[in-house]
Amino acid sequence: MFSSAEISMILEGLRDSLYMTVVSTLLGYLIGLPWGIVLTVSGKDGLKPNRGLYRILDIITNVMRSVPFLILLILIIPLTKLIVGQTYGATAMIVPLTVSAAPFIARMVESSLNEVDKGVIEASLSMGAGTLRIIFKVLIGEARVSLIAGATITVGTILGYSAMAGILGGGGLGDIAIRYGYYRYQANILWVTVILLILLMQIFQFIGTMISTKLDRRKK
Amino acid sequence: MSAIITVENLNKTFDTKDGSFEAIKGISLEIEAGDIYGIIGMSGAGKSTLVRCLNYLERPTSGRVLVEDKDLASLSEKELRRLRSSIGMIFQNFNLLMQKSVLANVIFPLRIAGVSKAEAKKRAKELLEVVGLPDKIHAYPAQLSGGQRQRVAIARALANNPKILLCDEATSALDPQTTESILQLLRKINQEMGVTIVIITHQMSVIREICNNVAIIEQGQLVENGLVKEIFEHPKSRAAKRLIIEGKDPDEWEKNNGQIGSKAMEYAPVDLLKEHRRIRIVFTTNSSYEPVIANMILKFKTPVNILKADTKNVGGTARGEMILGLPDDTTLQQQMIDYLQERKLEVEEVEEDV
Repeated sequence: MFSSAEISMILEGLRDSLYMTVVSTLLGYLIGLPWGIVLTVSGKDGLKPNRGLYRILDIITNVMRSVPFLILLILIIPLTKLIVGQTYGATAMIVPLTVSAAPFIARMVESSLNEVDKGVIEASLSMGAGTLRIIFKVLIGEARVSLIAGATITVGTILGYSAMAGILGGGGLGDIAIRYGYYRYQANILWVTVILLILLMQIFQFIGTMISTKLDRRKK
Repeated sequence: MSAIITVENLNKTFDTKDGSFEAIKGISLEIEAGDIYGIIGMSGAGKSTLVRCLNYLERPTSGRVLVEDKDLASLSEKELRRLRSSIGMIFQNFNLLMQKSVLANVIFPLRIAGVSKAEAKKRAKELLEVVGLPDKIHAYPAQLSGGQRQRVAIARALANNPKILLCDEATSALDPQTTESILQLLRKINQEMGVTIVIITHQMSVIREICNNVAIIEQGQLVENGLVKEIFEHPKSRAAKRLIIEGKDPDEWEKNNGQIGSKAMEYAPVDLLKEHRRIRIVFTTNSSYEPVIANMILKFKTPVNILKADTKNVGGTARGEMILGLPDDTTLQQQMIDYLQERKLEVEEVEEDV
């Protein structure tokens, strides 16, 4: 059904998709996690409310989130070129994917951390806990199930974006689907990439659910 | 005894959308070291804000809070955190870390205070033994009952050997039996460790059961304070009378406002009873041997109407209380009151609609 060249190409695409998704998610969290923490802490009911700081971060988050991914990808081509040296291929795609994921992650983190019971935070304050300890031991510790659930959604979203990046030569399964399925009408390759993307999504979801269930101590 | 907590002319105003709201208006009080001090009022009276001012979780708008003669306003953020770690606090909803084991919850404040991991673990185990949960150290809060969770919270609050324990509606989410056992634990902590306990509640039964002193808060103001047994015998303010004579917890006040018929009055035509002069008498243990009322009726050959009779536990001793409707003859009324007072009974005039 497939030539060996096609099989190795699909495998390479699979590897590239995984590579883009995982690395972009990690880099996204590197930026988005502290960003989300600052949003939570400086928010109106946060530990250290700071209206000015919150407003600025809030607006930046909203602006970045409103730009559709494909347009963002084009907009930041100069930045991609500056960082990676080229504008196509899997590694280059990590730049726009990360830039797009970070504000999304920040919002996910903010909403997870805001779910933490205010009473528990108050109890920690009454014990003399400082802001950093409350952030790391109380907010993140208590919200960990929700944070993992958010990360699972994030991975799925980035996987989807990485496939979209195929339109501009991004590499990975999306790229293959567009080049072979769309431009060359090779429906079999199109279907294989779609099935592989579905499988990837299922695996990520399965892993995410498993980790968050395992970490949750709130059940009897 | 000296005051461990002094509150001087405390005010707290919150800015809300609909303008400012005065939660506390000029409250002053002193809490003695080693005391169990109750603060009672209906929800929204400002008592929770008041207790949060005692460790500066809320900063007062004006006025002073002194803990062991230190003005909290003069402390730096760091000093304040150190002070807080030496004041225990427990809450209505327990506020435990739900993702951490019971043991880890008790270790948490010890680590904040800079105790080493091994030392903290040892101390946490001891504390869980004190509160009666040595077999639950590896359980998670979700696996515990409300009473057990509050015990964990108490162990956590005691971790750094506090001199003061603040209890914010600590028994309000518990059933009467569990409340009883938690109150006993608090009494034990007070007696054995000498911890000063401040209890915020809207339940008069909690105040009667374990508090020595009480402050009654109404709409942000202190309306009456003093020894529980004195206020029980001579309630002066309207709020205290409602609490003690009517036996209504503050949250029931609103509902019954303006209604004349309370439980005691349902048995007789209201108008008839209102014409009578009514008095409330309180029996202490030494006065309950003689059948005083029966003897009085025999002596004056005139019946009195018993409108209400009850026994209540005040600070561990049983107190009987009775509300009597006296006959119309005013000289006879005075004679009866004198007769009762001669027998060392506390007599209180009842003016309100009981």
